[in-house]
This record gives sequence, structure tokens and C-alpha cells, in this order.
Amino acid sequence: MTHRLADSRFAAALVSPTVLVLLLVIVYPVVAAMIQSTYGAAGLDEETGFVSDSEPFVGLGNYAAIFGEGGARFWNAFVNTSFFTVVSVSLETVIGVAMALVMNQALRGRGIVRASILVPWAIPTVVSALLWKWIFNSNGVANAMLGTDILWSAGGFASQVTIIVADVWKTAPFIGLLVLAGLQLIPEEVYEAAKMDGASVWRRFVSITLPLVKPALLVAVLFRMLDTLRMFDLPYVLIGPRKESVETLAMLVQDQASNVRYGAAAAYAVILFLYVFAVAFVFVGLLGANVVDDDARPRQTLVERLRRPGPSRAGVQS
Amino acid sequence: MKSAHQRLVVAITATALGLTAAGCGASADSAAGQSTTALSGRGPITLAMPTTDIKARQPVVDAWNAGHPDEKVTTIDLGAAADQQRQLLIQNAQTKSDQYTVVLLDVVWTAEFAANRWVKELDPSRYPIGEMLSPAVETATYRDKLYAVPVNSEGGMFYYRTDLLEAAGIAEPPTTWEEMEQDCKLVQATPEGAGVGCYAGQFDKYEGLTVNFAEAVDSAGGEIVGSDGKPNVDTPEALTGLTTLVDAFTSGVIPKEALTYQEEDGRQAFQDGKLIFERQWAYMNPLAGATDGSSKVAGKFATTTIPGIGDHPGASTLGGHNLAISSFGQNTETAGDFIAYMASKEAQQSTMESGGLAPATASVYDDQALIAKYPYLPTLKKANESAVPRPIAVNYGDVTAAIQNQAYAAISGAKTPEQALKDLQADLVSITG
Repeated sequence: MTHRLADSRFAAALVSPTVLVLLLVIVYPVVAAMIQSTYGAAGLDEETGFVSDSEPFVGLGNYAAIFGEGGARFWNAFVNTSFFTVVSVSLETVIGVAMALVMNQALRGRGIVRASILVPWAIPTVVSALLWKWIFNSNGVANAMLGTDILWSAGGFASQVTIIVADVWKTAPFIGLLVLAGLQLIPEEVYEAAKMDGASVWRRFVSITLPLVKPALLVAVLFRMLDTLRMFDLPYVLIGPRKESVETLAMLVQDQASNVRYGAAAAYAVILFLYVFAVAFVFVGLLGANVVDDDARPRQTLVERLRRPGPSRAGVQS
Repeated sequence: MKSAHQRLVVAITATALGLTAAGCGASADSAAGQSTTALSGRGPITLAMPTTDIKARQPVVDAWNAGHPDEKVTTIDLGAAADQQRQLLIQNAQTKSDQYTVVLLDVVWTAEFAANRWVKELDPSRYPIGEMLSPAVETATYRDKLYAVPVNSEGGMFYYRTDLLEAAGIAEPPTTWEEMEQDCKLVQATPEGAGVGCYAGQFDKYEGLTVNFAEAVDSAGGEIVGSDGKPNVDTPEALTGLTTLVDAFTSGVIPKEALTYQEEDGRQAFQDGKLIFERQWAYMNPLAGATDGSSKVAGKFATTTIPGIGDHPGASTLGGHNLAISSFGQNTETAGDFIAYMASKEAQQSTMESGGLAPATASVYDDQALIAKYPYLPTLKKANESAVPRPIAVNYGDVTAAIQNQAYAAISGAKTPEQALKDLQADLVSITG
């Protein structure tokens, strides 16, 4: 018993540096942001003309302002953010899975196909935003090819389309990459067995590929959702700040901070944090995306599960 | 160098934890806030400014360095985007870093930087203020005290295609909007001018829209903020100004795509021969006049002052840059000397020749040798003299955002001009409270 206690103390000592680092880089900033969100902007002293040195404590005043006078702007950004997340991630998932299926085929030049599909993902978002800005310029390639003269960056639905196209282009490869990793774990024999039984291509995709790739796919979709909820640089660079139809929650944070209202910025950031947290929570809970599974079972278990009642290979693997 | 690097690391770390850093600002010592013009210390200093300015101003800085080996000035690049420059300067002030000694401020930032005591109050007798265009000096003051020194001052100019006007038999460029619209019809009826757009400015939703909206309002005899400092934009004059812009968009006098134009988009359109008239800053002169094939209108354009609306003379919006001393910089005595040097007539003339920046020193505009070389100087002087400053406000970011929101709503057709001005007045009253 004493032996076990000493063991656990030793373990705690070993883990403590990690815990300290986590406290410092995660817990402290989050708590600091929450505290900051209870302070207002420093006031202007009409007598001296100088801005006060201290920021007044306003309690939940910043939050009240966000849902009160700033309500229309907040809900607009909230709807935009959610809209981009749903539409972009859906498109990215479909296209990403298609890319993964292509990349997984043992074609000649497979290496080149994989590398070229990944290029958009490797380009920094701001750079790709500038590239798309050129394409969607009023005299750009997009209008020339479509034979239209749509003002893509002037706001409205056209601007939303622009953002979604640029976002899907950049991040579908990310989903493709993660799904590809999942695909490569599916043993060929399963497909052979299905073929023997006369299953069609579609049937094999729906009954074998999708269920087996689901864990990898869910993780990819979860990551993309969390990313898209925090979308900032793409609309900011590609369309510009304060354009109603593409203003996201993260842009509201930046807008407040750039006007030296760190309290209000922190309040928006906290709300965004809670929203992202809630979405992640629901997603993990509903669909069972296995991100935090830290037990020793490797992903192959899913394959094992399918092959039951055959002999487990887990022992051989480890 | 190493310590500068360390400070940078500290600044970046503080930025990363930006919210935390702002919280620390709450317990600031008041020493930095003393309203004194005293400077102290000599030695090496730094000058923080945008990428575009470095190109224009580096030769002058090099000349200073050659004469002051113990008080060398190192330039620091703040990047190309105006928002980003302001962010860096504010972050620097929040962390009280002494990395920047002299900072280049846009004319609309003075009030914010002075009120927050991020820059020092200056002694007017030390700088050649008297030789400068008075609107420019006004942008460098806050509550009648000098906080910066102008080093270039810009007024918007009206560019027109001399060849197209000539082909349509028009001798003089238009002086009013009505004349401009008539001239456009005449030009567009000629074979040379068929299909060429009439007029453009900067109408995307950014600072350029504030500039162009203010010009329309001022040219119609209106104002955004009255002489008493109170918003006064819900007036018949301002309505005439905004309605002129909105009607021009509806009738196609301004091509629809100008709704997405920033400076560079409009310049490209003018250089490609797609516009008869354009409102632009001085920097377009050398670029549109380039004979290396990049411009299709080289030798085919000239400049004049901005046209009036109705009976009122045209007014341009004042742009430009001022130099200020960071409250947290060291060797400020050197900084004071350096600013006086940069503000001198010789230095401003040199930056005009190396970078096309319009000087704030009045006498440069009357120099016959220079006028022979740069024929647009007299126009630029008139633009400068008639220029109206944008509203002076500590929270200028909110003011300009409100203007852009309402002006954009009007020109994009989302609101009537009447409603937009009514809402703008209400917004400005609540912002400047």
C-alpha cells in the first residue's frame, strides 16, 4: 500500500511540469481574458483632454452591451459564423473524402497527385486570401470566366460565396489527408471479401469504407468546425472589415481590440470560446468523435470488430 | 542590438497575451503623463514608419546619419497596411517599450496618440512650424498643443484625360460635377471615348470612403463636424453632397465596380484608360506618367482641383503624415533635432523628389525650378490650401467606422441618403458624446 502511494507521488511529480505548463499557457490566459472582460474602456477626462490611466470595472457591462445595443451586429456575426461553418465544412467533407479516395488508389504518379492536392493546405491563409482577392476582383479571372460582372467583394451573398470557395479550396485537402490516413488502415481483404459476395462499388463504399473511416473523418470534421468557427483572416483580407455579410465573431474581437477596448474584445472572445466549446462538446457527445480516447486501444480495433469472431491480432501488434 | 531584440521578444510575448497586457496598463504610473515638452539625452534613435515611406525617406535619413555618427537613426519597418502600423504603435506604447523613438503618424491619429499620452508634447519654437501649410499644422495639434510635426501634406487631386477632352472639343477641365457629367456625355459620344467610364474615386468600405464622402459633403458646402466640435452632418448641404455620389452610382457616371475600388484599383483603371476622370492622391502622377509601357495614358492626362457641387467650390480631404516622439523613447533630445531636420524645406523637397510625397512646407510649391519639373505642384498647393481635415477625435476609429457604415449603405443602395445621414448624425453624437 505504501509502495503504491509512493508510486503515485512519484507519478505526480513527473507529471507536474506538464500540468504547470498547461496552467500557464491555457488556464491563465483564459482566466485573464475573463477578468479583462469585466473592465470597460478607459475614459477621457474632459478637463485635461487625456485618457484615464485606469480602466473602470464594469462587471458584466460588456456582455450586456453585446446583447443589448450591439445585439444586431453580434447576432449577424453569430449567424454568419455558423453559416460559414455548416456550409464550408459540409462541402469540405464531401470534397475531402473524394480527394482521399483518389489519393488512396494505387495509380501511377500517386505521389504527385497527393502532393498537388496538398498544395492549397500548405499556403498560408492570408496569402491564399490575397490570391483569391485577385481572382474575385471586379476585373478578375472569376468574372472573365463566368462572363459576369459581379462585385464579389462589395458584400452580400456574392461575398459569402467568395469566402466559402476560398475556404473549401484551402481546407478540403486537410480533411482529405486525415481521411486518407484512415483509408490506409482498411485492409484490402475486406474489400476482396465484399467483392466475392458481389457487393457493388457504392455498396462497398457505404458499408465498408465509410464505417471504417468514420473515426478519422469525425476527428477531421471536428477540427475543421472548430477552425471555421474562429475564422478571421480569410474574410478580413479577402473582403475587408465591417462588411456585414461576412463579418464573423472573431472579427468583432479584433474590431474592439483595435479600438483599444480590450474589455469588450475579451468579452466577445469569451463568448466565442464558449460557443466553440459548446459545439465541440455536442459534436463529441452526439457523434462520439474519438479525439480524447487515451486508452491503449489502437484504431485497428475497429477492423478487428468487423472481423469478429476471428482471432484478435492486438497481441501481435503490440 | 541584442537588447533591442530582447525587447522585441517581450513585446511579442505581451502581444500574444494581449488581453493580459492591457490589464496591466490599468496600474500605470502617472510620470509618463506629465505635460512637459522637456527632452533629454543624446545618442542613437529609431524611426518607425510604413514600408512605402521608408523608400521615400531613407535617402534623407542616410544624409542625417552621415553628419551625425554618434546620433544615428535606424529605420524600423511597420509594414504596408495602415491598420497594422497603428496596431504596432499602440502595442509598443502599451508595453512602454523604448524600441521606437520617433514615430510617423497618419494625420488622423494625432488626437488618439496625444490623449493617450503615447507621444510627447512638443515645443513649437523648436520646429519650422511657421513655414508650413496651416491645415497641416492643425492636424498635428490636439487641444491647441503641438504633439507632432508635419513632414508631408496631401490633398486629393482631380485627374483628367487631356486627349479625350480634346477629341470632344472641350478646352477646359470641369470645375463642377454638373460640368463633369456633361463633359462625360460629350467624350463618350466620340469614337475615342466610347465605353470609357466617367469618374471614380475610392468607394470600398475603408478609410478611402471616409475621405471621398467628406470631399462630397465639403464640396457641397456641408460639414461632418462643426467648428464647435459637434457633429453636424444631417444638413441639406451634406445631403446634396451624398445624393450627388448616390445618383452618380445609379446613373452610371461612377461605374458600379468603383464600389470595390481602393487607391490601387482606381489607379489601375485610370492607367488602363478605363476612366475619363479620377480623384486621386499625388502619388499617381509619376506612375500614370511612366513611359515604360505600364501606363496607357502617359502624356495624356493632367490634374486640377476637385470639382465643386452646385455653387460651392470643390474641397479636398487632407491627408499626410506627421512625426512624433514616443513617450517611452530614449535620447529624445536627438529625436527633437532629427524631427526639426526632417521637417526642413530641404528634407521635404528631397522626399518629394525621391518618393513623390507632397511637402508640408509652403515655399516648396512656389519654387519655379521645381514647378518646371513637377507641373502639378500649383494644383497640389491649391488642393492643400482648400483641404478640410477629417474629424478630430480621440476615438477616430469609431468615427470613421460610423461614416463608412452609413456612406457605404447609401452608395450601395441599402439606405436612402436621407436615412443614412440621419443615422450617421445619431451615431456620431453617441460616439463623441
